[in-house]
Amino acid sequence: MHPDVRDGTDKQVLRVIVNGEERRGVVDVRTTLADFLRHDLSLTGTHLGCEHGVCGACTVLLDGTAVRACLMLAVQADGCRIETVEGLGDGDALSPLQEAFHRNHALQCGFCTAGFLMSITGALRDGPVETEQEAREVLSGNICRCTGYAGMIRAVLETSEQVYGAQAAS
Amino acid sequence: MKPPKFSYHAPATLDEATAVLAEHAEDGKVLAGGQSLIPLLSFRLAAPGHLVDINRLPGLDRVERTSRGWRIPALVRQRAVERSPELATGVPLLAEALRNVAHPQIRNRGTVCGSLAHGDSSAELPSVMVALDARMSVASARGVRQVGADDFFQFHLTTAIEPDELLLAVEFDAPRPRTYSAFREFALRRGDFCLAGVAVTATFDVDGRVELCRIVAAGVAPTPLRLTAVEEVVTGSELDAAALAAAQEAARREVSPLGDARADAAYRRHLLSVLARRALSALRDKRDNRDNREGQEGAD
Repeated sequence: MHPDVRDGTDKQVLRVIVNGEERRGVVDVRTTLADFLRHDLSLTGTHLGCEHGVCGACTVLLDGTAVRACLMLAVQADGCRIETVEGLGDGDALSPLQEAFHRNHALQCGFCTAGFLMSITGALRDGPVETEQEAREVLSGNICRCTGYAGMIRAVLETSEQVYGAQAAS
Repeated sequence: MKPPKFSYHAPATLDEATAVLAEHAEDGKVLAGGQSLIPLLSFRLAAPGHLVDINRLPGLDRVERTSRGWRIPALVRQRAVERSPELATGVPLLAEALRNVAHPQIRNRGTVCGSLAHGDSSAELPSVMVALDARMSVASARGVRQVGADDFFQFHLTTAIEPDELLLAVEFDAPRPRTYSAFREFALRRGDFCLAGVAVTATFDVDGRVELCRIVAAGVAPTPLRLTAVEEVVTGSELDAAALAAAQEAARREVSPLGDARADAAYRRHLLSVLARRALSALRDKRDNRDNREGQEGAD
């Protein structure tokens, strides 16, 4: 904790672990986490749609759980682990979820995709997603305005099966 | 950069937090989960000079068992309550209602107390806390005081919290034996604020009649609205078909919602009355240990 913050400040030093790498910055306290990722760290994979928590495009993982990066101040993430879409694959190799999106035509323009991928990644860490209804629930916090959700539902179910085994089918 | 300028405070203790709030009372705002406040800042509907981020205060992030029931301190996330096995059996109304609160990503970050302090009457948790007859612990440099849920919500986005105070915790009793609850709402899309919603709790006597109940409407008034006329109608009944029909009619008469772009007044009133019946019907079916199939779809 930075002592100056107890007295009120408009700038703050920030240290976060992003996709496993320590990053530091000095931010205006009113900078959102999403803007910090994009502008200060040049991690532009995190997209901003509505910027008030409705569309889900900016979803990232904060200490392992999915949150809206537009609904947090960057300073609130001080000391936290953040995962963004840039951290999903390994070099040119896509993650199983990204592969499943590809296979199932689960994206078209791609603007919303990073947010969906992070929301689903967070949900799949909590446990398997075994039914279409559960998959819809996982997707319900993100908005896609071109492809629709059918391919994404298949991608969620396939990835869950891949990660957790075919327990749903048994 | 969307929020207006403010000075940021991240106190390490409750005393520091209340001291900052005392100093900046009218110009200060408490930041917890931020799921309501950050959008207000981004739209510049709120422009406090000082933000007091309470996320680093110790000891406020776990649900506590009390001698009478439970206590949910200020930094307990909605998701934690939704997933608590203890609360799932102890106070099932909470998880049932929380599943309707926005989306998992919002509930991961949003706090139970934050939603109460924000005081939006079309949100789920304020109505739930009135139905549970909860007590709010409100802290300031002057000390801690308790406010009952019936008095806590005063107007749209206005609660009993004074400018130099913060909501420290919400507490409620463990339900008495033979108590059941249910929550029903209707929203245009999954996770949206509801057009109308109803939270009910009822305690039955040994003969299966409603002895005590609290029936609370969301989204049809500036605050969560206790439907006392409906409570009177169902008290003493076995929640049979006639009682449910009477409850629906009483609910229709008791509310005077305003219309807006999403739903006109007559539709909201109708929705509320149907949801009141469905919630009571679901509660009865829980008592009878039956699946409630009404209320998922189908027209009335």
